[in-house]
Amino acid sequence: MSGLAMPEPDDATMRRRDEIVADMRIIVPGEGVVDAANAMRAFESDGLTAYRQLPLVVVLPETVAQVSRVLKYCNDRNIRVVPRGSGTSLSGGALPLEDAVLLVMSRFNRILAIDFPNRIVVAQPGVTNLGITTAVEQEGFYYAPDPSSQIACSIGGNVAENSGGVHCLKYGLTANNVLGIEMVLMNGEVVRLGGSHLDAEGYDLLGVMTGSEGLLGVVTEVTVRILKKPETARALLIGFPTSEQGGQCVADIIGAGIIPGGMEMMDRPAIHAAEDFVHAGYPLDVEALLIVELDGPGVEVDHLITAVEAIAISNGSTTCRISQSEQERLSFWAGRKAAFPAVGRISPDYYCMDGTIPRKELPRVLAGMRELSEKYGLGVANVFHAGDGNLHPLILYDANVPGELDKAESFGADILRLCVKVGGVLTGEHGVGVEKRDLMPEMFNQVDLDQQMRVKCAFDPNHLLNPGKVFPQLRRCAELGRMHISGGKLPFPDIPRF
Amino acid sequence: MTTFTPITSDEALSTVGWAVAEGSLLEIVGHGSKRGIGRPLQTEHTLDLSKLTGVTLYEPAELVLSARSGTPLAEIEKLLADNGQQLAFEPMDYGPLLGGEQGRGTIGGVLGANLSGPRRLKAGAARDHILGVKVVSGRGEAFKSGGRVVKNVTGYDMSKLMANSWGTLAVFTDVTFKVLPAAETEVTLAVRGLLDDAAASAMALALGSSAEVSSAAHLPERIAARVAGGALGSDAATLLRVEGFGPSVAYRIAALKTLLGRAGSLEEIPGEASRLIWRDVRDIRPFADGSEKPVWRVSMTPSQGHQMVLTLRMQAAVSAFYDWQGGLVWLRMEEGDPEAALLRGLLRKHGGGHATLVRAAPAHRAALPVFEPQPPALAALSLRLKQEFDPKNILNPGRMA
Repeated sequence: MSGLAMPEPDDATMRRRDEIVADMRIIVPGEGVVDAANAMRAFESDGLTAYRQLPLVVVLPETVAQVSRVLKYCNDRNIRVVPRGSGTSLSGGALPLEDAVLLVMSRFNRILAIDFPNRIVVAQPGVTNLGITTAVEQEGFYYAPDPSSQIACSIGGNVAENSGGVHCLKYGLTANNVLGIEMVLMNGEVVRLGGSHLDAEGYDLLGVMTGSEGLLGVVTEVTVRILKKPETARALLIGFPTSEQGGQCVADIIGAGIIPGGMEMMDRPAIHAAEDFVHAGYPLDVEALLIVELDGPGVEVDHLITAVEAIAISNGSTTCRISQSEQERLSFWAGRKAAFPAVGRISPDYYCMDGTIPRKELPRVLAGMRELSEKYGLGVANVFHAGDGNLHPLILYDANVPGELDKAESFGADILRLCVKVGGVLTGEHGVGVEKRDLMPEMFNQVDLDQQMRVKCAFDPNHLLNPGKVFPQLRRCAELGRMHISGGKLPFPDIPRF
Repeated sequence: MTTFTPITSDEALSTVGWAVAEGSLLEIVGHGSKRGIGRPLQTEHTLDLSKLTGVTLYEPAELVLSARSGTPLAEIEKLLADNGQQLAFEPMDYGPLLGGEQGRGTIGGVLGANLSGPRRLKAGAARDHILGVKVVSGRGEAFKSGGRVVKNVTGYDMSKLMANSWGTLAVFTDVTFKVLPAAETEVTLAVRGLLDDAAASAMALALGSSAEVSSAAHLPERIAARVAGGALGSDAATLLRVEGFGPSVAYRIAALKTLLGRAGSLEEIPGEASRLIWRDVRDIRPFADGSEKPVWRVSMTPSQGHQMVLTLRMQAAVSAFYDWQGGLVWLRMEEGDPEAALLRGLLRKHGGGHATLVRAAPAHRAALPVFEPQPPALAALSLRLKQEFDPKNILNPGRMA
């Protein structure tokens, strides 16, 4: 593990490990407790594989009552807990801690209700994202957020990370598609937020829970909105001599009032890697390749394809292909969807970043990245959710070369600093986790971070749930609770008063 | 009684800081257009944000707009319309219902009350479009959350926490919203003469089709006459709005006509006439009668709405109409008694949700929970959050109690 400081293991907990394992077996009988090192090995890492750690014990509960009892047991004894869904987090959100129970929700794998008239599905958190669509597609419905890990990632994990996907500009993130959850607080209390109705009464705790990265509660049930599948989808594959022209084309499409179902851009290194891998027929003489997908009724798609084509040409596109068949549409996507493994072929390892920027800053950020690439001596390829400004630079490195992982991480941190500097943010969809934890002060000052910790204090005052993630440094809730009052004078005596 | 009217964020901060130090209670207002919602306040002082105004950033191509919290909503909507854009969540105007002027309200109030409109079904509410905030907490601390980009998961989404907080957690000084292109064309298909249950079925059928219906409301007989200056006549009207580019709208309306051809007689209502109807549905115009008869806003499972109303009618005289495919029920209690316990009991039996007493005489609002009471564990969690951000309970104290 490179230089990432995790919370010091608690000696008392480590000493009581056997007792804790035995108690977990009482709460979760059968095969739901794993404590042998070789068996726990499967859980030592998530999608951020540079970091590995065996947990204290792995617990796989099957009922809400078990989750509640495990959490209350740990809360009462000051034992840390790390929740985990499918373990596909790219930011280390499910990285175990040496002294923490790893609470794995994969046995919560049932769809509980499908209600077509109200267009909702109620699922246990371990159901995969794609599993929801699979359950309703025979009736022509689907669940819209589609993170690229959708075949494996769980809906509970999607709630924890507020997952997006290539269609989220038009159809929203997880937060916009979840209507309700049931969750268990660290003290064992079971709370329901929302349901099959819209909006929360009182504070929007559902909004806060979505994207809270497993630090506030453990989700035990999720109610999502499903949508009718669009009648048809077609795509354009557009090449530009410069990234500026590609960026302007995206701006003009949106300026024309068009919100495509998907709008993805790739830079030259990513185009070449993808083309070498899947032979999608991508043009190799362009600096930026744009895939624009329009979905809806055929008449709408045809109308918008014509409009987008005209916008592309007016921005100096050098190639513009329009899919004439479903097969051709899929071939346009084949390269983009294989971009990560394609980059994996040209480099022993790659490190995927996830900043978001105001779209107009793309040329400046790409130029900055080229400079950084030279400075660090590492290559970088870019794929970009162009509609919403979410950039995924893939830094190429070789973990077997001493120091190269550290170099890649420093390079990545510099890219994210650049994103923040141009008005963007550290993470668009992968989460902070452990990966970007220490960069949080780039975006937030201590007062800002304190307020986020205050939310944490209301949910988990002892900082037992997923500690070491998101916050660079945890402050004790009692310390945060003190009031700092400086006199009673009004520094602006000239404020108008009536 | 002092009214503080800051014109900068720093002045707002110093006012709250002073109130914290003094332990003085503050009522937070913008235009005061929603002042009649919630338990009546008894504060010594008022923090009036209506002079903290101005759009600070608007980049149409980036789909983002930032403004000081006291900026009039009407000004923002005009600016967006001039650029072919809109707040897609269609924030409603409580003015007409509450006896105030039409077209008042600030952008901060839009977030504080988590406003939305008929397009909520497809496009979400204010909470779905807020990208970032700058606020002053009840501790007198200024902080920010979120940003100005449309995709961001950096840290907790405290902007959403501010949605529907009704000024009880923090004073907003700046808000940043995602904005979207306005639809080029809109057409409403009205199915006439349906009873509530048939309307619920028709709306479910339409929403379950690929016609991308953006709004679905049902105005029962006589209520229909009270929108758009009586343009609909008094027969029950089940309204389905379709928006988008011209050729697409025409195609989808035709598809809906085929789908619903046997449900009842059909009328196509284009453009401006459609917009006027939806504005009045949004603003609860049928109940904007200048009275203080209690009005409830009930959010529930769409298919359960009309069934709950049917049961309620056996025990109380009510007028009702439905938005959000039946999942938003507006109720006017004709005999003057809010019947809170009765309504909320029935709501629990019909799949749950929440009932808010959006209009009632001050005596009723003081005596009854205006907002849906929460189960104990959730209520305790909400209270802990309130205490974290406003430990002295100085911001709109008791409003949501």
